Amino acid sequence: MNRSFIARNPSVLIFLSLLAFFTLGVTVLSEGFGVGLVSTSFVKTLGKTLCLCLIAIAMDLIWGYTGILSLGHFAFFGLGGYMIGMWLMYERTRQIVEGALSEGVLPPTPEEVQAAIGNQIFGVVGSSEFPLIWAVADSLVLQLALVILVPGVLALVFGWLAFRSRVTGVYLSILTQAMTLGLSLYLFQNASGLRGNNGLSGLQNLPGVTAPQSVVSLWFFWASALALGLGYLLVAWVVSGKFGSVIRGIRDNEARVRFLGYSVETYKLAVFTLTACISGIAGALYYPQAGIINPAEVAPIASIYLAVWVAIGGRGRLYGAVIGTAFVSLVSSWFTGGQAPDVPLGFYTIRWVDWWLVLLGLSFVLITLYAPRGIGGLFDLVGRIRKETGE
Amino acid sequence: MKNLLFAVLALLMMSHVVSAQPLTVQDVLQSQRELIEKSSRRTIGPAIDALVDSGLPQMQTVLELWQAKEIWQRKADGLFFTATKNDDGSYTLRDFEDGAEVGTAPSTDLKQLKPNSGVRAMIATALVQFQLSDPDVTKRRDALDSIARDPGPDLLAPLRAAIPDEADPDILARKTRLERLMTMAYDNDAEARVAAINDMSGDLGVDFRATLNPILSTKLVAAPAGAPPDGNIAAELSPGGDALSYSGAYALLVAEDLVPVQISADARDAALEANIEGGRVGGFPVAQLNTEAARDQAYGVLVDQGLAAPMVTPKDVEASLAAYRFFQVYDEPSAEVTEAAEAALAASEGRVAVGQAVDLGLDALSLMSIYFLAAIGLAVTFGVMGVINMAHGEFIMMGAYTGYVVQLFVPNHTASILIAVPVAFAVTFAAGVALERLVVRWLYHRPLETLLATFGVSIALQQLAKNIFGTQARPLTAPAWLDGAWVINDVVAISYIRIAIFILALLFLALFLFIMKRTRLGLETRAVTQNPRMAASMGINPDRVNMLTFGLGSGIAGIAGVAIGLFAKVTSEMGSDYIVQSFMTVVVGGVGNIWGTLAGAAMIGGFQKGVEWLNPSNTLAAQTYMIIFIIIFIQFRPRGIIALKGRAAGD
Amino acid sequence: MKTTSALVTALTISVAAPAMAADCPIKVGVLHSLSGTMAISETTLKDTMLTLIDQQNADGGVLGCQLEAVVVDPASDWPLFAEKARELLTVHEVDVIFGNWTSVSRKSVLPVIEELNGLLFYPVQYEGEESSKNVFYTGAAPNQQAIPATDYFLEELGIEKFALLGTDYVYPRTTNNILEAYLQSKDIPDSDIFVNYTPFGHSDWSKIVADVVALGADGKKVGVISTINGDANIGFYKELSAAGISADDIPVVAFSVGEEELSGLDTSNLVGHLAAWNYFQSADTPANTEWIAAWKERMGEERVTNDPMEAHYIGFNMWVNAVEAAETTDVDAVRTAMYGQEFPNLTGGTAVMLPNHHLAKPVLIGEITAEGQFDIISQTEEVPGDAWTDYLPESAKLTSDWKDLDCGMYNTETKTCVQTLSNY
Repeated sequence: MNRSFIARNPSVLIFLSLLAFFTLGVTVLSEGFGVGLVSTSFVKTLGKTLCLCLIAIAMDLIWGYTGILSLGHFAFFGLGGYMIGMWLMYERTRQIVEGALSEGVLPPTPEEVQAAIGNQIFGVVGSSEFPLIWAVADSLVLQLALVILVPGVLALVFGWLAFRSRVTGVYLSILTQAMTLGLSLYLFQNASGLRGNNGLSGLQNLPGVTAPQSVVSLWFFWASALALGLGYLLVAWVVSGKFGSVIRGIRDNEARVRFLGYSVETYKLAVFTLTACISGIAGALYYPQAGIINPAEVAPIASIYLAVWVAIGGRGRLYGAVIGTAFVSLVSSWFTGGQAPDVPLGFYTIRWVDWWLVLLGLSFVLITLYAPRGIGGLFDLVGRIRKETGE
Repeated sequence: MKNLLFAVLALLMMSHVVSAQPLTVQDVLQSQRELIEKSSRRTIGPAIDALVDSGLPQMQTVLELWQAKEIWQRKADGLFFTATKNDDGSYTLRDFEDGAEVGTAPSTDLKQLKPNSGVRAMIATALVQFQLSDPDVTKRRDALDSIARDPGPDLLAPLRAAIPDEADPDILARKTRLERLMTMAYDNDAEARVAAINDMSGDLGVDFRATLNPILSTKLVAAPAGAPPDGNIAAELSPGGDALSYSGAYALLVAEDLVPVQISADARDAALEANIEGGRVGGFPVAQLNTEAARDQAYGVLVDQGLAAPMVTPKDVEASLAAYRFFQVYDEPSAEVTEAAEAALAASEGRVAVGQAVDLGLDALSLMSIYFLAAIGLAVTFGVMGVINMAHGEFIMMGAYTGYVVQLFVPNHTASILIAVPVAFAVTFAAGVALERLVVRWLYHRPLETLLATFGVSIALQQLAKNIFGTQARPLTAPAWLDGAWVINDVVAISYIRIAIFILALLFLALFLFIMKRTRLGLETRAVTQNPRMAASMGINPDRVNMLTFGLGSGIAGIAGVAIGLFAKVTSEMGSDYIVQSFMTVVVGGVGNIWGTLAGAAMIGGFQKGVEWLNPSNTLAAQTYMIIFIIIFIQFRPRGIIALKGRAAGD
Repeated sequence: MKTTSALVTALTISVAAPAMAADCPIKVGVLHSLSGTMAISETTLKDTMLTLIDQQNADGGVLGCQLEAVVVDPASDWPLFAEKARELLTVHEVDVIFGNWTSVSRKSVLPVIEELNGLLFYPVQYEGEESSKNVFYTGAAPNQQAIPATDYFLEELGIEKFALLGTDYVYPRTTNNILEAYLQSKDIPDSDIFVNYTPFGHSDWSKIVADVVALGADGKKVGVISTINGDANIGFYKELSAAGISADDIPVVAFSVGEEELSGLDTSNLVGHLAAWNYFQSADTPANTEWIAAWKERMGEERVTNDPMEAHYIGFNMWVNAVEAAETTDVDAVRTAMYGQEFPNLTGGTAVMLPNHHLAKPVLIGEITAEGQFDIISQTEEVPGDAWTDYLPESAKLTSDWKDLDCGMYNTETKTCVQTLSNY
């Protein structure tokens, strides 16, 4: 990260300072550390939005810069959430169980503790055995490593198979969609060992932490902001160099780049895996704020929405992805939260809870047709006008 | 039970003898009032017997009324009547003797007798003897149904008596079959039973196997080594085999008090807790008992001190098991009957396995036709034109809702379906043309954006459907002639609606081939697909062709929607259930070729049924494995099963 | 730019809320999905709550205050349930929440409710194995629906072989586990229990129905216990009637099929199949007639009533009475006043709130009629709800008593409280 990189990309600096101001502002106004103007639930919403912005940046890298429309990145996001969720759930349950068992007459044996944890976690889905995939759930360090490793390895294997056999374009989109559908169906099964449809819950209660949620929510908010900042920096750096030129070349004309002697597949695989890892981290920060993760989170629709956010914000520019995500997800929660006033038309009352999705779908069609650069395109327009008036 | 009953009856009769009045239906019912009011299968038997044994001529009618929930009880005096409902909600009560009107009563004064289906089945069994030779064919059928559901030794004689006079050939065949089955189960003569079994050996019917299996029921018996048990021995089992585990065998010995109980971990811990003295157990400080080994040791000390029962070691178990032999003994004493039954069942089972395979094949064929039907519209828009239409599923949904709306206006189910099919085609054709004109045609060179734009259309349409029709599933009812199933035998059957869908799929295949190969539109479509500029210079209007082709694909989706709605459900989300699967069908099969789509549907449907067969308790797994399979399959044949060759295959 | 405007709106809302949190009006949170897959069932419950609140306000409200409903839409999105619950309790500062349908949404809300000491009334039949200090379970526990229905199969229909068909999620899984243990205790061997799970919205039932028919081959009477959820029922019943399986041959008892679900079906081929609930619309009592009339007047003639609606009806009225008794809406005071509250059922008899936060309610079994209603053929005495089932060894030793023991997960063997927070 030399000076010339920042100098070449003034938007990075602007974005990072805006993010810092925003974080500071929310902290000052929050219930946990400040005057209490921003409620804890809104801090959580904002923190989650930052995580969504992070995965949107990853999406922009793979789609906007490399031209691969992945409709499966929420699979990696979800896997990241599951990995951290396993530790949170195991550790919280272990503390409860050990506390309860130590009140018995005989001191508990390790086998008893293990069986009781299993019964607590899997009792609701009618089992008490620990599946193999929970083998390292007792270690925070290993589970944190899995947050990156599991999505990374899945992306590596899937990408290697797909890119090797030259699956491209819409075929790849459909295949990635099949991947996330397959993962969600797998997780829905009780046999997956991750509590089926119930998923992992109570994730907002950090084991061993007595601080109130108003404070914990801010910790996660900061962590999300930090992750977003670092992710933005990393991706901006990646796309600014020669690597960035090559992947843009792949986007614009894959065959030509191949004929120039670049190993297109390796580049694609590298980007696919990197974005999967970023998505995993975003998920691992998101779900402790949401409190629960279950298979519905990785259903294909989520990944399509991700593409929608990026497209609305304007793909091929990182701040566009961030703006699109923040805008659509916050507006969406405003409309569906029942806060938007109904519009009475006399013969019919428009309730936004009912009509918001229609509006979203249509506006999406319009943006694709008439404003392919999305909201980010406005900045170009402003820039151009300023240049014209300046000259 | 019966004796008691007769005593009650006799008493009842006597009271009437005294009052010198003939016994009425009401008297009999009142004598059983408590049981009838309680109306439980466990207790109702005596009451039904009493009614039948009264010998009153009206009893058949009374039992039939009772079975049909047409008897009411007046709350005030507890008397029973049959009743008809009047327009003002009150009931006209009628007596059982002669059907005379007794008066009217508001519904609040009456209590309807509602025998549950267990009680109704018992009434039906009691009615069998009246109905077996009833002039009414339906009643004879009811009687046979009742026997088939709940056969009993008492019914064999009346059934046999009812065979010679039977005129209806169908009913005669059923009577004869039932008689054979009941002979196997209940006849006193072993030879007659063996003969009946041999007669029907290899039969596929569930009822046949349901008769044989109880004859072959066994129980597990442990006997000291060297002394085999009495009775009709089926087999000897050795512990540790598939049929009998070591722990199962030991548990059997424990149950018969032949060996000591194994000490469980819980029992051990309870013993330890009971013997804590001054913070120590058997000399060990309690705090140290935090491993299994330490607890075992401490328990050992307790055993040595005589404070607890000794542990049963694996060696003890082995020794105990060696001292006994284990046998399966038939409940049926006659060896010749069980031998014949074994042989007959083995003959059946071979054929049942074949039948099940055929049935699974039919299921798979049906699933294939559904996938094919859902995907065929996509084969046009995606396969031929290369347009990704994520709203395809919503066109299917539109077609289904069209069917529902048509059915609201045309109550006749046959007519409504015949109308719904062309209307659905028209509606979705129009929707398809509109989508093509307004959205798709601006994006022909940006396929990824087509995908996203049509996805926007998809969520908007889905929500619109919710706003209009609500989230509740809507009924789309098939005409009566599509109800029921084509039953080849008790193992192989397929519902008519699935056959209709299969035929519809074939028709579409033919239609598609006809349009593509034999009509001008098909020719032009193929020309535009291969080289739009060249086609345009030959005088073809590519805009028009694209529009019509897209409309055609959408229209077919609409008809598919009607078909899918008929056999499954009509909801706003039904389209999204099929969209991913449909795309995979087209991709796996090979884009641009209808035979490829067919092959794709066949492979996906067949594979899914295959997995379901291997793992019958989890349908979800079948879908997961199918997707993994598809992902791997695409690696090896990225262009699908039937890949286009040459220039047409270009990216 | 617009991000900030959304932010500002949200901020003003959170600023405005505390200012209004005076004693009047008393706020009642309604946490039911109004969009997404669960809207089909939950919208009805939102309307039920609004009806009840309006009725109460017309009667003069509670403690001299009018009630105000705060309706939010968690959109069938489980994490959103937790978010909205927090919003209700901290931003809108509601005194009580009526809400949730699925178990997973309840598990999502539990940590929030317990952290903020809220009060939730949960109206749907569920799998049990849970007891939260802050939740009153007004729906049926397994021993108030599944076990009596199974008893009915065993006793009244003489079923010897069971097919447990369910949608693959926690309620069917746990219920079937309990039933398997229960059936084993009734000497039904493992080999006579067939279990199958299907995904949500499953539509291809031919193979499963054929499997069920094939169960009859060993001469035992077969019955189906269905915990199939929602839309999937339509395909299942259609296949069942296509296969010509009458209720006399293979009866099906369903735990998730009520009047609302039947309205999407032609029931003429399903007559005689069963459902077990604590309430049916066809129950013939004055209170029920009055309630149905009020409901239809408000919502339209074609609308039906169902079991979870009655649960809200009882729960809401008990809460009102408990608030009047405690003379405050304070959660701890109201909770204490809730124990022993009695309120007449719509089906006759009286529901009692037990110290384990469950109700004592009668169990009804109904046969489907051609009109899409249920004919009640069996009604038991009030059965006390049991949070922890007696038929699973790990749960049998647990008990819940928030009144005297102040513990929802009390181990009766070791005489200790396993945990005071609930398991989620």
